[in-house]
Amino acid sequence: MNEVLLSVEGLTKAYPGVVANDAVSFQIAPGEVHALLGENGAGKSTLVKMIYGLVRPDAGRMTFGGAAFEPTTPHAARAAGVAMVFQHFSLFEALNVAENVALGMESPPPQRQLARRIRQVSETYGLPLDPDRLVGDLSAGERQRVEIIRCLLQDPKLLIMDEPTSVLTPQEVGILFETLRKLQAEGTAILYISHKLEEIKTLCDGATILRLGKVVGECNPREESARSMAEMMVGQELHTPSREAKEPGEVVLDLAALSVASSNPFGTSLRNVHLEVRSGEILGVGGVAGNGQDEMLAALSGETSAPPDAIKLCGQDIGHLGPNARRRLGLLAAPEERLGHAAAPDMSLTENALLTGAIREQLTGGGFLHWPKARDFAGRIIEAFDVRTPGPENAARSLSGGNLQKFVIGREILQRPACLVVNQPTWGVDASAAAAIRQALMDLAAEGAAVVVISQDLDELMEISDRFAALNEGRLSAPRPAQGLTVEEIGMMLGGAHDMEVAHVEA
Amino acid sequence: MDLSAINPAVLIASLMVAATPILLAALGELVVEKSGVLNLGVEGMMITGAVCGYAVAVSTGSPALGFVGAALGGALMSMVFGILTQYFMSNQVATGLALTLFGLGLSALIGQGYLQLRPPPVGEVNFGPLADIPALGTIFFQHDAMVYLSLALVGAVWAFLKFSRWGLILRAVGESHDAAHALGYKVIHVRLMAIAFGGACAGLGGAYLSLIRVPQWTEGMTAGAGWIALAIVVFASWKPVWILVGAYLFGGITVLQLNLQAAGAMFPLAAIGWILVGLGLIDALVQHFSGKNPSILRIVFDICLVALGIFGTWWVHGTLVPFKIEYLSMSPYLITILVLVIMSSGRGRAALSAPAALGKPFHASS
Repeated sequence: MNEVLLSVEGLTKAYPGVVANDAVSFQIAPGEVHALLGENGAGKSTLVKMIYGLVRPDAGRMTFGGAAFEPTTPHAARAAGVAMVFQHFSLFEALNVAENVALGMESPPPQRQLARRIRQVSETYGLPLDPDRLVGDLSAGERQRVEIIRCLLQDPKLLIMDEPTSVLTPQEVGILFETLRKLQAEGTAILYISHKLEEIKTLCDGATILRLGKVVGECNPREESARSMAEMMVGQELHTPSREAKEPGEVVLDLAALSVASSNPFGTSLRNVHLEVRSGEILGVGGVAGNGQDEMLAALSGETSAPPDAIKLCGQDIGHLGPNARRRLGLLAAPEERLGHAAAPDMSLTENALLTGAIREQLTGGGFLHWPKARDFAGRIIEAFDVRTPGPENAARSLSGGNLQKFVIGREILQRPACLVVNQPTWGVDASAAAAIRQALMDLAAEGAAVVVISQDLDELMEISDRFAALNEGRLSAPRPAQGLTVEEIGMMLGGAHDMEVAHVEA
Repeated sequence: MDLSAINPAVLIASLMVAATPILLAALGELVVEKSGVLNLGVEGMMITGAVCGYAVAVSTGSPALGFVGAALGGALMSMVFGILTQYFMSNQVATGLALTLFGLGLSALIGQGYLQLRPPPVGEVNFGPLADIPALGTIFFQHDAMVYLSLALVGAVWAFLKFSRWGLILRAVGESHDAAHALGYKVIHVRLMAIAFGGACAGLGGAYLSLIRVPQWTEGMTAGAGWIALAIVVFASWKPVWILVGAYLFGGITVLQLNLQAAGAMFPLAAIGWILVGLGLIDALVQHFSGKNPSILRIVFDICLVALGIFGTWWVHGTLVPFKIEYLSMSPYLITILVLVIMSSGRGRAALSAPAALGKPFHASS
């Protein structure tokens, strides 16, 4: 590999209080699939934003195709031949596919011509798309197709993909990889950001590993084991959560024909969900984002109400009850969005502990707040769950993602729930905090609580759950024992490949 | 009740004149809101435009220059809002309300020297023989240039938003500023331009009042026209053609109100009864189409409304109580509230036409 397409040398970017990238260097050859590995907060996103012209580096230089490359705007980067598929889609829900594609192009042709080209390119690469549909009506996999086609229409020399598979079913991942291999065969270089190591092993030719903004190693992923790469990323040995198998007990949570309309016009309504969760059991609910996960959490936590007999807790009808009444009965929940849903960002940890703990921990009385008790409760959470913070008086916003997540989950666990529902418990959390949270959930189940874990991370669900069910377009599949499930079976439960087909271009 | 004094052709022609100021202001606000900014200061920008246009026209003797001055004045005023909300991240609702108060005060100050003057007259556009066609001529061909300009602007804004690349970028910014930023569009610049356009349009609307409709300068002469313009944007669910419908509808109500007053008309109490019946039925329809399980309480409430309307009217049958003309001027706001209720209760496409990022502050975090 003598030829170099993109070369990055000594790229440095500092934000107040944190160095996001410290003298990062690496090279990509044409037609190479290069992985950028690292935990959340390792500086991967900042690095690609500099390549894409969204952020300007403080120091260092880049060359692209042999010439100096200093994009000051994404327009300049696109003009040079760099395209990017974003992690959180850069799409506009109320606009149609063709309009979304046009917004990502430098000089788009008239709409009708563009629609024809979208059809043409999407068929060539096996990513069927209707240019007239509203993006808000598309599934996550289809939305990603929109982003990819937007990039492909510009014949990029370098395609940056930021965590592209986190929202896809295993089958869709397979199709994406076929498409990427076609592109690679055509000479397009791909910079692939992910923390899913098995994917990187199958797809990538080279990898650069980042930790805390610095390059800590380069490797050939095909020759490394997933574990060795993970330890390079984390910088320490990982311990796998474990627990002793236990016979499940009585039915704690019982959903019967639960149907709830989504409050979001682009959301997914729950349709006829049946579910039984027993004491001492962890039920994993998988599914691609936007298939009813948020609605399910809201229906269980009491944010949206349901017919009384659709949800039963230990035999009692609770569908019509609000969150506080359910907390009193022992059904607790921790939603996905840490800042703004699970915790109030500008309130202190004590206040946040009070918000959900007031009832079960008796932190209020006669209309007044028991501040000492609340502070004590917050202190217990911080201590029991190793939350790194100077003290309970700090604002929730000041905590890192992993620490705040430990606090949010710990707050519910310490209230001794009969049933705990969590959504995406380890999303955007570093590996060691994620392991601690999973261990805590398993310990809770071992003590006899029923636990429902809604997550998009299949590896996580396979690791901790006793039974696995999948949400697909608001319908919940029948739960199956998690042990022995194959990736293909899980993929089919998640809805298969949603009418995608494998790329059939002759490379 | 003597309604024969009202000539339909004249009524429609004067409806168009009455609607033009709110049409202009509402069009401007539509563009602003499509870019994701909620500027509640329309009233303040209108009155500033009114006094600027008046002052320039009186000093130069040219109404055309007056309108240019009004547009500039309105745009300048809107830039106060733009800079505060876009660069200093101030709250859009509070800043917009402050802009209204500021505009009312500033215009009174500027207008002190112009209280007793008459502005130069603005003539009709000469359509030759077309203007002499009975009825049609009165309705369509006897207006001043601004009426035609406002109509052209409706078409221009519609085409701009639907077909042009800049229109697409503007809608994209109003839909998701984070995604637009990630693609490299300058969210703040786009929004500032939209705000300036909105200010200029509101200024033109204000000047239309002080130079043509009234034509004179008095303090606080916009008298709520800016708020009606804001209401129309919601009523039209952010569609330019519906802005035209809304503005002419509400303009029509204003004219009708004046004409009815002149004709000394009295409304029977029956009108109130029937409004209650209508409200009850509409609410029941909303319940039906919203896709949610209707709550018993709401249905009982609707039935009570309908019953009260019917039996109330029946009970006082024969007793004609004067219907206050003010009820008519309330109607734009009542209709807007109704539209808002329908939009927020239904989860259908209507709710989607609102720009998703409307009123949300943007801060480039990367």
